[in-house]
Amino acid sequence: MPTNTLSPPLLDVHDLCVSFTSRGQVVPIVENLSFSIGEQEILGLVGESGSGKSVTAMALMGLIDAPGVHVSGSARFKGQDLLGLSGKQMRALRGREIAMIFQDPMTAFTPVYTIGWQIDEQLRAHHNLSRKQARTRTVELLGEMGVPDPANTANRYPHQLSGGLRQRAMIAMALSCNPSLLIADEPTTALDVTVQAQILDLMRRLRTTYGSSVLLITHDMGVVAETCDSTLVLYSGRAAETGATQDLFAHPQHPYTAALLASIPPMNGPRPDRLPAIPGTPPQPLERPAGCAFAPRCTYTHASCLPAPPPTFCTVGPAHKVACVLPGEGNPLPKRAYTSATPVL
Amino acid sequence: MIMPLLRRLGQTVFVLFGISALVFAVFFATPGADPTARIAGRNAAPQTMEKVRKEYGFDRPLPVQYAIMMKKLFITRDLASYANRGELVVPEIMRAAPVTLSLVSGAAVIWVVLSIGMGVVAAACKGSWIDRTLMMAGLVGISIPVFWLGQVVNLITQNRYHDTWLFSWVPGLGYVPFTQSPCGWFLALVIPWCVLAVMFVGIYSRILRADLVAIMGEDFIRTARAKGLSPARILLRHGLRTALITFISLFGMDFAQLVGGGALLTEVVFGLPGVGRLTYQALNSLDLPLIMATVMYSAVFVVLANALVDAAYLLLDPRVRDAH
Repeated sequence: MPTNTLSPPLLDVHDLCVSFTSRGQVVPIVENLSFSIGEQEILGLVGESGSGKSVTAMALMGLIDAPGVHVSGSARFKGQDLLGLSGKQMRALRGREIAMIFQDPMTAFTPVYTIGWQIDEQLRAHHNLSRKQARTRTVELLGEMGVPDPANTANRYPHQLSGGLRQRAMIAMALSCNPSLLIADEPTTALDVTVQAQILDLMRRLRTTYGSSVLLITHDMGVVAETCDSTLVLYSGRAAETGATQDLFAHPQHPYTAALLASIPPMNGPRPDRLPAIPGTPPQPLERPAGCAFAPRCTYTHASCLPAPPPTFCTVGPAHKVACVLPGEGNPLPKRAYTSATPVL
Repeated sequence: MIMPLLRRLGQTVFVLFGISALVFAVFFATPGADPTARIAGRNAAPQTMEKVRKEYGFDRPLPVQYAIMMKKLFITRDLASYANRGELVVPEIMRAAPVTLSLVSGAAVIWVVLSIGMGVVAAACKGSWIDRTLMMAGLVGISIPVFWLGQVVNLITQNRYHDTWLFSWVPGLGYVPFTQSPCGWFLALVIPWCVLAVMFVGIYSRILRADLVAIMGEDFIRTARAKGLSPARILLRHGLRTALITFISLFGMDFAQLVGGGALLTEVVFGLPGVGRLTYQALNSLDLPLIMATVMYSAVFVVLANALVDAAYLLLDPRVRDAH
């Protein structure tokens, strides 16, 4: 679903930086990240482990409270700056306007309460509902999420449900207050593939049934291709490339995006003997290069990649931006040989 | 729900049988020592020896001896003390039990309330000076030996400052039955309660704080925060509720061993005629029937309490409920 460019985006993140202080050194986790999510848009946030995806989500939710962590920048959500809100104001938004679901549904519920109790709790925290009204809504929500026999399932404890059911219950809980924005942190990583497909299908339908925008955090390019309207690729705490998913998959401009896509087995054409892999490992936050963070692993590295500051976003198409020097130097990456944008699943 | 409890009851009976057989073996079937001579006491007359031998069936096989012993302990209850001739052991324990129960229950209320308060506040203010002060106080409480603390408190309240306004209300050492005077009962016990509770407050508050701090890092706490709940609700309804599972199982065991005679030092220091003091006297005079009876009493209590803890566990933790 295309973003309505006339109205301001639902969430507009500008220059988000997260760093923490360790032994007197400032360790940057996320650097100058900017992105926006429109109404009913699904944005995929892609990156390797440690690239700062989850930290970004936690920072937006105001869930980072470890001592020594510093969050700066702005995140405008419906006219308010999320990063400047007081704890109390943020609590009123959390769960009601912005909800979050987590990677591991096994551990995300409190083990000593029933699923229904926990969904009721969220409803009652934000709305003035009686126990009975809350439970009616809970059962309704569970039913809408495709949980069989929702009235009974509500009375079951988390450990009594399968992973897929638990994640459905988790989504039901997140959607219980009709949030405008749903942040999903690797919602399918802990599930097996068939359940994964069902959950993704459920999430795609959310925007029409609930009108929610979704920030989908994942490391799986296949999930992005299936689900997201636009994509933001993170590498080592910095944005590497962003654009409409179709454009980005058809014509990746950042060597990192291109390498990620190349490492997915092709569905058609000759079968490669070995899948191309990216050599090396992502840099630790403290050892991040002054210039392009991907330079040490990139096959196109040349002199202009190395000095600070890291390359800034340059526009290469409508809403398609890339943090790489190549397009600016007149040497954009070639189009991918095959353009079918649904490689796996 | 019923089946696990029944199964548990069966296990309890089995464990009680095992402990009683073991205690019996230690005291009466150890090779090389004539149980008759041990029961009859030092330098007993041959007539007494003969009487004991017949009474306990020491001329008959071991299982019969065990059965006689259990009969004397639990059914006829006529096991007699030999150091204190003619004194029946079972009624003696029954008289001492309410004293111990009064002492331990009061102390338990104090230590549960205080340690939950201290543990929760310390966990909520993790890393602050409040946290450090509370935990340091807890450590001090653990390090003070209860008999020393009791003696010092006695010295202050009974002796040095007894005539000041602060401690003139403190009655002399000893016990006042609740049925006789509830107020006297309370006054006589309030200081022993506090003294006995000090160490447990220290241990329990430190354990609870550590548990809470660990639990507050769990995924489900992050979920609770993402739901927009208030910090107090997250700490109490999600954190404390989960931490209570460990807390209560620990509490059950400590409570049981104290009721079973573990508050011996406190009872001796404050002159309370409870089960602990009875054990202390029996050990001093090597009164074997009394030792046998107090050990059995204590074992019965610990095993029963353990069964109760497990039952509480079933109620508190749904995961355990399903594992059965």
